[in-house]
Amino acid sequence: MIYGQTLDHRQPKLTDKLRRVPWLFILALCACSGVGIAMLYSAAGGSMEPWAVRQLVRFAAALTILLAVAVSDIRLWLRLAYPLYGAALILLVVVDVAGFIGMGAQRWIDLGIINLQPSEVMKIALVLALARYFHRLGSEDLARPWRLILPALMIIAPVALVMKQPDLGTAMMLLAGGAALFFAAGVRLWMFAAVGATGLAALPVAWQLLHDYQRQRVLTFLDPESDPLGSGYHILQSKIALGSGGLFGKGYLQGTQSHLNFLPEKQTDFIFTMLAEEFGLLGSMVVLGLYAIILAYCLAIAISARSQFSRLLAFGIAVTFFLYVFINMAMVMGLIPVVGIPLPLISYGGTATVSLMLGFGLVMCVCVHRDVAIPRHSTGDEP
Amino acid sequence: MARDLDRQRQFTRRALLIGGGQAALLTALAGRLYYLQVIESERYLTLADDNRINLRLIAPARGRILDRHGCPLAINRQEFRVILTAEQAGDIDATLDALAALIPLSEADRRRALRDIARQRRFLPVTVRDDLGWDDVARIEVNALDLPGIAVEEGQSREYPYGERLSHVLGYVGPVSEAEAGESDPLLQLPGFRIGKSGVEKTYEASLRGIGGTSQVEVNAVGRPIRELDRNDAQSGADLTLALDLDLQEVAVKSLGDESGAAVALDIATGEVLAMASTPGYDPAAFNRGLTAEEWKALTSDPKAPLANKAIAGLYAPGSTFKPVVALAALERGVITPATRVFCPGDFRLGNAVFHCWRRRGHGSLALHDALAQSCDCYFYEAARRVGVDRIAAMGERLGLGVKLGIDLPHERRGLLPTQQWKAARGQAWTTGETVITGIGQGYVLATPLQLAMMAARIANGRAAPVPRLVHDATLAEHVGLREEAADLGLDPAHLKVIRDGMNAVVNGANGTARGAAIRVPGMEMAGKTGTSQVRRITSSERKSGVIKNEHLPWERRDHALFIGFAPVANPRYAAAVVVEHGGAGSKVAAPVGRDILLKAQQLEALRVAGTDAAGSPPRRLSQG
Repeated sequence: MIYGQTLDHRQPKLTDKLRRVPWLFILALCACSGVGIAMLYSAAGGSMEPWAVRQLVRFAAALTILLAVAVSDIRLWLRLAYPLYGAALILLVVVDVAGFIGMGAQRWIDLGIINLQPSEVMKIALVLALARYFHRLGSEDLARPWRLILPALMIIAPVALVMKQPDLGTAMMLLAGGAALFFAAGVRLWMFAAVGATGLAALPVAWQLLHDYQRQRVLTFLDPESDPLGSGYHILQSKIALGSGGLFGKGYLQGTQSHLNFLPEKQTDFIFTMLAEEFGLLGSMVVLGLYAIILAYCLAIAISARSQFSRLLAFGIAVTFFLYVFINMAMVMGLIPVVGIPLPLISYGGTATVSLMLGFGLVMCVCVHRDVAIPRHSTGDEP
Repeated sequence: MARDLDRQRQFTRRALLIGGGQAALLTALAGRLYYLQVIESERYLTLADDNRINLRLIAPARGRILDRHGCPLAINRQEFRVILTAEQAGDIDATLDALAALIPLSEADRRRALRDIARQRRFLPVTVRDDLGWDDVARIEVNALDLPGIAVEEGQSREYPYGERLSHVLGYVGPVSEAEAGESDPLLQLPGFRIGKSGVEKTYEASLRGIGGTSQVEVNAVGRPIRELDRNDAQSGADLTLALDLDLQEVAVKSLGDESGAAVALDIATGEVLAMASTPGYDPAAFNRGLTAEEWKALTSDPKAPLANKAIAGLYAPGSTFKPVVALAALERGVITPATRVFCPGDFRLGNAVFHCWRRRGHGSLALHDALAQSCDCYFYEAARRVGVDRIAAMGERLGLGVKLGIDLPHERRGLLPTQQWKAARGQAWTTGETVITGIGQGYVLATPLQLAMMAARIANGRAAPVPRLVHDATLAEHVGLREEAADLGLDPAHLKVIRDGMNAVVNGANGTARGAAIRVPGMEMAGKTGTSQVRRITSSERKSGVIKNEHLPWERRDHALFIGFAPVANPRYAAAVVVEHGGAGSKVAAPVGRDILLKAQQLEALRVAGTDAAGSPPRRLSQG
């Protein structure tokens, strides 16, 4: 259909590619990570050990991966989309079987050097796979519900596995991210309405499937002050720490609440609380602003891309990133229940950092190849 | 193409829609932050100040230590101490100055407090001074507002009502050292917590300590407790009942008097230690309080070694008290019989070497019974020569010498029973002369007073060898893994009888060396063996001109006086050993101490039996203090 058009689907030269890399975007990522490492230094009571130094090494590695991905051929990723998804799915199954218990839930695979968290990998793999699937669907296909069964299953399978771990936050993220891709791909609105209604009806069943501690979290979320030393403790303590930060904060390394250990997991899930306590509203707004810049970049790149795969890929990564940011921040501010989602680029965590940076690498790859058209029926193998 | 453009437009529309949604949600987050950090900021600041829910550790009361009749030997006394939390104090020097104006505060207290503050995290309290009087407590409480970070804490301190009379048995408690703090019990991190450092306080630390409790306290910004949210009471340590009889212990200490020495009394049937004295003692409270450098120096440089428990860690040549071992070894081997006679001309010649008997003019011809009673050296030179050092050592070990007996006290020493192999391991050949000198308990052989008492008990008992233990409760003794009771000694009863008769004659015979110390109460007579062990070499020239009398020698060169014994002779129940360092002749110095102890042990038993019979009630204490 579009063969022989004026569109250029030859590969640009490496120098051209490097010129097209959005360096300001990368600067924003580095700024975010810089803030993160500074906060990890504070979380350790003013020490590079044990977190800051390791996070620094990981970020450096992740940045290298990001640049390599950015200049790679976009069609490589089209080709790899399904195999990567398949691998991530297998890893999730393996974690169920052989994963060890960490944080009360099975989430890690021990690879010797690093502990791999397959659910983090899946967040990127799912976006790739769905973008790949919708890439070849025309609008007439989108009207046919049976065409959507396969991508729906692609979402449900990892969601079910992650729920089983049990990791409610990641499951919600995968579900919401998948739904956003469905929406952006052009799936009819009435289908969302139908699924939404069914979901609402199934809520009581889902409630039954939740673990006791997850139900408890939802319940105490509704009234955290009812149980100040029980499950509501974290939310209340987090709000106290945040609120006591005030406009300008208590100063770097001076957060009393965080350092007196009223905060749980201050190096991972609750790192934003510590940041807000030490740097106040000013600091939190700077971080929020950095996130907004990164998101805007991703969306702009998505919209300017010339193939559906590229668009959906960049958009999917943007949504995933947004979900990270929103769920974590809303959680520490007491807007939603406590779920184990880290703050992207700032929290301590290897797999999340690397897989997110890989995601941003893909977004940059889209940016670099924004003028490269990919035929609808391409498998990514042709020149 | 058109379709693709449609698709692109639809994507752009929907992506912007979602992007807009995201922007809205991020704005909501920003709004929430503004609400929490600006509008509600005051409220949360207040909450943060109040927000000091501290998990406090409650120290358990340490178990008491009681004597066998329930008389408390180590107790806890309530005391008040002043603590300082650096974080709340602000200017620490100013606070300490203000405190010093109210209560006496020495420069040492101040230095210790500052050192402790520097060592630990600033929100943990340190003890500034303990053992406050009521006046001090009142003055601090009244001025509490001017003393930020200062609080009065109620605690317990360890007291030893009998002080240095029991210091070596009980030991003392002291602050946790850095090496000990590695243990997992969180109590050890508690400021001011004391643990057993020596004696049974150390051996039975685990059961005496108890289990810490916790209290979740909400405290305000200056550290004053607002309310207790949750409490998990501490579990007191278990009381420890010793086999020790306080009355007997008092007699042993008193009888040793100002001498440097040790005395041990054992129950022959059970191996229980009824008295264990080591003089001079030390004040255990000083260790609890913390010694000054001068006090420490005085204790460690004292030639009478007040810190050492001489009963288990003092090593002495047993001298003539070793003779029963030599006799039993020779009898068992068959190289002598009870009837074998040896002529004592006053010295014993082996090649060119001459070994002297303590009686220069000699004992003439005598058999084992008289040789024991009169402690003839020549007889035992000959017996030792005949049986050989290795068999003497083997017999000594059976009787409890040269091995750790496994008493429930730290720092027990083994002593030494030399053998040919032992000497060979040092690259030297054993000589017969050394065997001969071993025959009178001199030379290399070394034993502790506890081992000597055990030897006496086993000679008196014969049937089986009890393990000495300080604790009365058998179940507790198992916790520290005391040695299993050894098997029957396998000694010929006839041989034992000869030895016992000889030891009877030592005290009650007409020519016995300890006849001056005999118990003259019918039915309570004791048997024993004296010993005088040389700590210096007597040269041949001195021997010619006359051996210098002990009284004319400097203290540290005088002979050690020793005595072992058991009573009553007819049906032995108690065994004792006494060593008086540089005391001179065993018969004159050590035997009377042994007599006092063995007599008192029997009298106490008789009184208690009488008391129980008369009143039908549990035995009461016979004396106080």
